Amino acid sequence: MAQIKLSNLKHSYYPNPQGPEDYALKEIDVTWRDGGAYALLGPSGCGKSTLLNIISGLLMPSEGRILFGDSDVTALPPDQRNIAQVFQFPVIYDTMSVRENLAFPLKNRGAAPDKIASRVQEIAEMLDVVEMLDTRAAGLSPDNKQKISMGRGLVRDDVNVVMFDEPLTVIDPHLKWKLRSKLKELHQRVQATMIYVTHDQTEALTFADEVVVMQEGEVVQIGTPVDLFERPQHTFVGHFIGSPGMNVLPCQATGDHAMFEGHEVALEGPVTGDGGTLTLGVRPEHVAIGESGVPAHVTKVSDVGRHFIVEAMVGQTPLKAVLDHGAPEQGSEVRLSFDAAKTRVYRDGWIATQERGA
Amino acid sequence: MRTENQKAWLFVIPVLALVAFNALVPMMTVVNYSVQETFGNNQFFWEGLGWFEQILRSDRFQAALGRQFMFTAIILAIEVPLGIIVALSMPRKGFWVPVCLVLMALPMLIPWNVVGSMWNIFTLPKIGLLGYFLNDVLGINYDMTQQPISAWITVVVMDVWHWTSLVVLLCYAGLVSIPDAYYQAAKIDGASAWSVFRYIQLPKMKAVLTIAVLLRFMDSFNIYTEPFVLTGGGPGNSTTLLSIDLVKIALGQFDLGPAAAMSLIYFAITLLVSWVFYVLMTKDDQP
Repeated sequence: MAQIKLSNLKHSYYPNPQGPEDYALKEIDVTWRDGGAYALLGPSGCGKSTLLNIISGLLMPSEGRILFGDSDVTALPPDQRNIAQVFQFPVIYDTMSVRENLAFPLKNRGAAPDKIASRVQEIAEMLDVVEMLDTRAAGLSPDNKQKISMGRGLVRDDVNVVMFDEPLTVIDPHLKWKLRSKLKELHQRVQATMIYVTHDQTEALTFADEVVVMQEGEVVQIGTPVDLFERPQHTFVGHFIGSPGMNVLPCQATGDHAMFEGHEVALEGPVTGDGGTLTLGVRPEHVAIGESGVPAHVTKVSDVGRHFIVEAMVGQTPLKAVLDHGAPEQGSEVRLSFDAAKTRVYRDGWIATQERGA
Repeated sequence: MRTENQKAWLFVIPVLALVAFNALVPMMTVVNYSVQETFGNNQFFWEGLGWFEQILRSDRFQAALGRQFMFTAIILAIEVPLGIIVALSMPRKGFWVPVCLVLMALPMLIPWNVVGSMWNIFTLPKIGLLGYFLNDVLGINYDMTQQPISAWITVVVMDVWHWTSLVVLLCYAGLVSIPDAYYQAAKIDGASAWSVFRYIQLPKMKAVLTIAVLLRFMDSFNIYTEPFVLTGGGPGNSTTLLSIDLVKIALGQFDLGPAAAMSLIYFAITLLVSWVFYVLMTKDDQP
């Protein structure tokens, strides 16, 4: 087990990449602490699977290094990295029994038979599959197959990191939740570093201690689920995480105020830097209806159970608010106020306000 | 509530008629001949199971059957492993995939009697390209018109040339359907190339391989045109396979009764062996 460090990692699927658009991964620098639970979150095609395959050794990065602890594993093949990977579609060896499936990685590495037997037993108990050990793996349900492919990763006690590549895609919704809590439990028991790739924010936020959000081959923010929600570093994070996502509105800024559709809006702190395109970011949860504020016309109110989602137009700009109670009538004129401490300006997508007192 | 509507039977009639005229009627004609003796003039005499007994006891039939089994065993033993090896070494993606597929399919597109003629001309000792090369350049004494061994080798090589592609294409279809994740998982699990073949590729190819073996068994067991055109069953009777012998009896000697009995025995053997193959190859499919 070891800390994993990715240093100046770049990858292109083209033999001679010309510009940044040819890179599936642009400049990745991340350090993953030993024993942590991480999620790699991003939309399809953002490079998260590429990154995963580079860590596991299935892909050689075009540039940069991968360090497990102090050793450079960039050039090592997957079987020498002591990693485990669980794929989107459960991979099991059809002709083998569950027991043989679990024993396979140990057998290939020439472990002693009694050690294999005890490890397999231990892992089977952990995964609740003891009673299936002698059945043929081909006949199992998808969730059990996925457990077995996970087990094949965990059975080795020297495993550095267990990686999950959207492992719940083919699992029935009611079993997803079960398997997810099993994963969390396993992480606490085996203490191995786990990296979980997904495009589903719920999966990422419930599994991980720290989430790495990716977009177009770049890491846009690394943080705890609370960080990502409370203070998105990039409009993409704000929009991608949360349901509905953060309002991203056109604006101008002066000092610690922004002008939005001709109205002055207070910000969390002074705006830094200059140039670029400015946008105002505020989560629907931090928009309230009050006596004063920006005048808006309510276009739609949806009751989603725990709260109301209000869609409104301010001038020509649509925005959303989430209210616990007291939703206005559709078609009515209201005034919206933004929580200043949670309202920020973004320059070319990146956060451009300083937190007061920070 | 029970419905009394029997209209559905009407819709089955076309299929019944089709099956009757292309299978049942011809088949029953053969059965009819197999239990009677005729001397022409449409006069028939009841023979019972006499022809069957005569055929089964005849040395000629037993020898032809032996040759038939040997031929089928040899070509299966060559074509199945060779087909798997070729399929494994074909590219999975890129420019060469269609090229390989077309090259593989070519021999199968050639009409059977053309294949026989091609190989005949190709292997004739004095004038054939291969025959001339073997005899006059390499100094190997090879003459498929005179030596039973040469004739056998030629018939087998011809069949391998003609039909290995079928095994290749079926296996290839099985191979390309294996998701990359299997190979990646195997790499991570530290599996050797042999383990990958044994535990991933072979199990995934099993269904198509079963079909390939069955098709190759049936086709090779019933083979007629190519060896007939190539060797005519000779030299002597050395390459007279069952179907060639059957045609000799039926159309050469015009012994309709024995020929009919032999056809039925032939059919029964093909059916029985196919069934045994199928059962053996699919018996552990049930989890």
